[in-house]
Parts: sequence; structure tokens; C-alpha cells
Amino acid sequence: MAAQKWSFKMTPVRMVMLALAALAVAIAIYRLATGLGTTTNLNDQWPWGLWIGFDVLTGVALAGGGYSTALLVHIMHINKFNVIARSAMLTSMLGYLLVMVGLFLDIGQWFNFWRPFVSWGYHSVLFEVFWCVSLYTMIQVIEFGEIATEKVAKSWHKPIKRIMPVLLILGVLLPTMHQSSLGGLYIIEVGKLHPLWWSPLIPLFFMMSSFFVGPAMVTIETTLAGKALGHHVENSILRSLVRIAGSLMVIYLALRIIDLANRSALGYVFAGGLESNMFLLEMVAGVIIPIIIAFSPWSASRSGLVTFGVLTASGVVINRMNVVFTGMYQALGPGYFPSWMEWAVTIGLVCGAVLAYLFIAENFNILGNHEEHEPA
Amino acid sequence: MLSKSVLVDLTRCTGCKACQTACKQWNDLPATFPEFDNNLTFPSKTDGNTYTIVEHRVTEKDGQDVMRFAKTQCLHCLEPACVSACFAKALQKTPEGPIVYYSNLCVGCRYCMLACPFGVPKFEWDEVFPLIAKCQYCFDPNGKYDRVGHGQQPACVDTCPNGTLIFGEREDMLKEAWQRINGDAKYVKHVYGEKEAGGTNWLYISDVPFEAFGFRTNITEKPLPEYTHEYLKWTPPLIATWGGLLTLMYFYTKRRSDVAKDDSKDIGV
Repeated sequence: MAAQKWSFKMTPVRMVMLALAALAVAIAIYRLATGLGTTTNLNDQWPWGLWIGFDVLTGVALAGGGYSTALLVHIMHINKFNVIARSAMLTSMLGYLLVMVGLFLDIGQWFNFWRPFVSWGYHSVLFEVFWCVSLYTMIQVIEFGEIATEKVAKSWHKPIKRIMPVLLILGVLLPTMHQSSLGGLYIIEVGKLHPLWWSPLIPLFFMMSSFFVGPAMVTIETTLAGKALGHHVENSILRSLVRIAGSLMVIYLALRIIDLANRSALGYVFAGGLESNMFLLEMVAGVIIPIIIAFSPWSASRSGLVTFGVLTASGVVINRMNVVFTGMYQALGPGYFPSWMEWAVTIGLVCGAVLAYLFIAENFNILGNHEEHEPA
Repeated sequence: MLSKSVLVDLTRCTGCKACQTACKQWNDLPATFPEFDNNLTFPSKTDGNTYTIVEHRVTEKDGQDVMRFAKTQCLHCLEPACVSACFAKALQKTPEGPIVYYSNLCVGCRYCMLACPFGVPKFEWDEVFPLIAKCQYCFDPNGKYDRVGHGQQPACVDTCPNGTLIFGEREDMLKEAWQRINGDAKYVKHVYGEKEAGGTNWLYISDVPFEAFGFRTNITEKPLPEYTHEYLKWTPPLIATWGGLLTLMYFYTKRRSDVAKDDSKDIGV
């Protein structure tokens, strides 16, 4: 273990991903040099598009596996989940780095990105999102430092370990705040965002869904890693994780129905049309069916677990897309579909993150069994 | 509090667009070759180089087709959603009423565009480093585009040849608006901007429904920043309680798991 050896197996699939990531880098440079009008189809009607909708809003939610696992493993010390802690954390960190890149590419005055650190628009929800996401990303990078310094820059290992408890607590607190605030961004869309999604409770819904999508992502990820990297996590562990998510989803479902009823918006559910259909798809395929799977005997098998994971994650993706696009369609009208360059950047960023995951998983102790890594 | 307002009486407007031209000239905004839309509207919407346009619409009144015109621009809300949405303070409300944009602070995130209930802020999409564009109410105390700060009227009001636009204190403008409405049956009984989004400094009266110009009439009367505040005010107590709870949980469950580990070791020996 002492010798520093780096390895990265090149397979055809990885070559393709590398090419896609390289294309994204090229387009990103082009975008920074020439502006948003030349690269995106964004316009005055649709100021936010694929990059904010998918890379940022959905990306942050899907990276929720980091803080939900951290809460279970590091805060509540449920030790049986230790085996998934590091991979969940790594996915989350890469997810957030991807979000930061996506945000950076999307803002018009990118050299001015630091401005809200000194010019405090604290009455904006975006202000909270900005601070929490940047701090949390930084914290995750330091947390990853604990793993990295097992192999490189070893003299830093002890000091990092010493501050880990603070990092871990902040590492749950901050995401709880900004996951909800990402939903909070849409409170000001009152009267514009369709009543199926607009609610004073939208921050709570965003927070809960980012939490229960965590186990779903962990299930997908460990299954993929199991195939690619020989990382095996017992079904029983995943199943209890999935059931924690399932219980939360039951509460989530009930709250959303109660909320719709309170705002007299239940009528929209079966009203037909784009909004109703997308809402039903989101709730049935993304919440109700996964709940049934989680508490049925099927969740004892890998196929059941993976189906749960894929449906729940898709449900959260559809939810965020519904908020950003479907729910705003009546107010903003037609007039936006992402350009090929927007797609290419989004796809390339994801490919880059997957490659980074593979490289780190193959070169650091991510998937192996490890003890609770905290100071005694 | 005193607040500078403009009253727009759409029954007096002839659609001459002198206001639109004056705005471009005063603010050094480039013009483009006309491509008419919606009758003689040009450009069809405000954009990165256009703070105001005059909408030309044919609509029906008393069974007859009539032409009506509506100048649109930033309404300068009393409690502006855009200002509350800006996380870098690039948009600020001045005590005199105007909502002013400080481009040096802008990050270009475009949240103001989404927050505005009237769809006012626009973006310079064709620029490498695009900025937000919207009516500044000719208020620019330290810059060269100032008029209102010098005690003058905005360029559009100054140019208007037939008294469609009048400039004054908001209270007086509101009084004048209702006097006109109550004194002539042709008016719609609604001052657009009196209550919309908590009230705006641009006030409109008209003899045809405001929907004819595409004005949103279902806007909440509660100021939009209040919606956000009702959520954000929970942030500090939430940070304190959730942070405290996490810390307690951390040490409590860690101790418990350490004790459990020690117990199992004892059994092993």
C-alpha cells in the first residue's frame, strides 16, 4: 500500500466518455469566450434552461446521497451503513463540483461570480443557496482530503481527521438548508408556477425528495460499481436503506396531497393536459410505485432494489424538470428547447464526473471495507 | 412616504412612439431596423437594448374595432420582487421610488427576470458579458443619464406630446387617476398598478380591459418579497436547532456505539 501507484484502465466505453467530456470542455471554453447567445437557446422568455434545470437543480438533488448517508453513518452512527459511506460521499462531491461548473458556465458575468460573497443580497433565497452550496462543496473537498491523504500528502491526514466532526456536522446542516432553498427559489414564482407545484411548502418538498433520493442513488451506484469494480454490498443493507427512504416517501406523498387539498388544487391532478399528466407520472412512477416496491418482498432481491432506485431517481428528475419547465410553461409560453451545445455540455459534464469517480475509486480506498474514520 | 409616480392615461395615447424614441436617445441605446409585429408594435417586446415599447393593439369596444396603445416598461414596484431576488444587490430600490440597476455588482444569474411578476428585466443575450436591461426611471445620480435626480421628468414623460404621461407624487397621481375614472364612464374601474404586486409607481388607466395589451391581471396584491421572507425568516432558527440537534446526535450516538464496541471486545476476551 505504501508505494504510490496510479492506474486507470482504458476501455472502449471510457474512451467514448473521455471524448464526450473533451467536447464539453471545448464548448465550455467557446461559451466563456463568446457568450450565452452563441451557445444556448436561452432567451428573455426562458432565462433559465437545461444548465440550471438539470445540471444545477437536479444535480444537487441527485447528489443528496452524500448528506443523507452522512446523517445515517456519521451523525447517527448506524455502523452497518459504513460500507456505502465513502462511495456516497464521493458521488456527492463530484456531483457538487459538476454543479459548480454548470453554474459558472451559466452566469453572464462569470468573472464576477464571487460578488455575492461581499455584496450581500441576504433577502434573496439565491443568496442562501450560493453560500451553502459553495461552502458545502468546499467542505466535501476537505472531507475527501481525509481519504486522499491516506495515499498522498500524508502529513495532512492527522489535522484533517481532527476537524472531521465539525466538517461532518456542517456537511449535513448546509445541504439541509440549500436543498430546501433550491425549492425556495420558486416561492417568488407565485402566480406563474403551476399550482400543482407552486406551494409555500416547496422548500420542504425539495428537501425531503433530495433526502430520499439518496438511498436510490446509492443503490444504483453500488450496483454499477459492483459490476465494474467488484464492490459488493449485501442486499439486506441496501434494503434497510431503501426502507428508510420508503418511509420518508410515504410522509412526502401524504404531505403533497394534503398541501394540494389545502390550496384547493386537487382538481388539477386529474384535469388532463400536459401539467396533470406530468404530475401523475412524477407521483405514480416516481413515488407511489417505489413505495410499494420498498415494502414488498421484491425489495429483498437486487432487481427490486435497482428498480426502486431507478424509479425514485427518475421521479426526482421529473419533479425538478416539472418545476423548471412543465410548471412554468403556461406562464412563459413555448420558445425554448436546449441547443445541441447545451446538451453536449450537460452530457459531457456527467461523463467527466463518471470518469473521475472511476479513477478515484480505483486509486483510493473508497469501496473497500473501512472502519469508522473518526478521531477516537 | 413620497414616491415619484407616472400616471399613464391610455385613452390619450396616439401610439406615436415619441417616448420610445426619447428613451433610446437619452440612454444611448442602439436602434434596429423596424420589423413590425402586432400591428405597428416594434420591437415586439422590450429587450437588451430597449427599455420601453408602445404596444399597438386592435381590440373591440362597444361592438367596434378600435386601436389602442400602451407604453410598457419597468413599473418600479413599491416592494420589488427583483430587488428581493438579487443575491448581489445589483438591483436596489431608491428612496425616491426608482429601482436602479448597478451593473458592476451583477453576476448575470437572471433570477430577477424570473422573479419579476411583469416580465420586465431583459438580458443582453448577444453580448460576451451580458448585463440586465430595464428602465432606470432616468435616475442615475452619479452618472450621465440622470434626469429625475436633477428634478427633471423622465425623458419619456418630457417628450409625450398629448399628456398621456404625467409625472408627480404617487398619492397625487392616484387621486388624479380615480378622479378621471369617476368623472367619465368610458374608463375601466381599475387603476393598474395601484395594488398589483403590492403597488407600483407606474399607474395605468384605460377605456379597454388591460388584458387587451397582455397585462397580467391575476397578480397577487401581496408584495412578492413577503412570500420569500415568510420562508427565509425560518433560516436562522432552523440553523440553530438543526445544527444543535445534529451535534447532540453526533456525540450521543458516537458514545453509544463506542460503548457497544467496548462491550463486544470484553466478551471477545
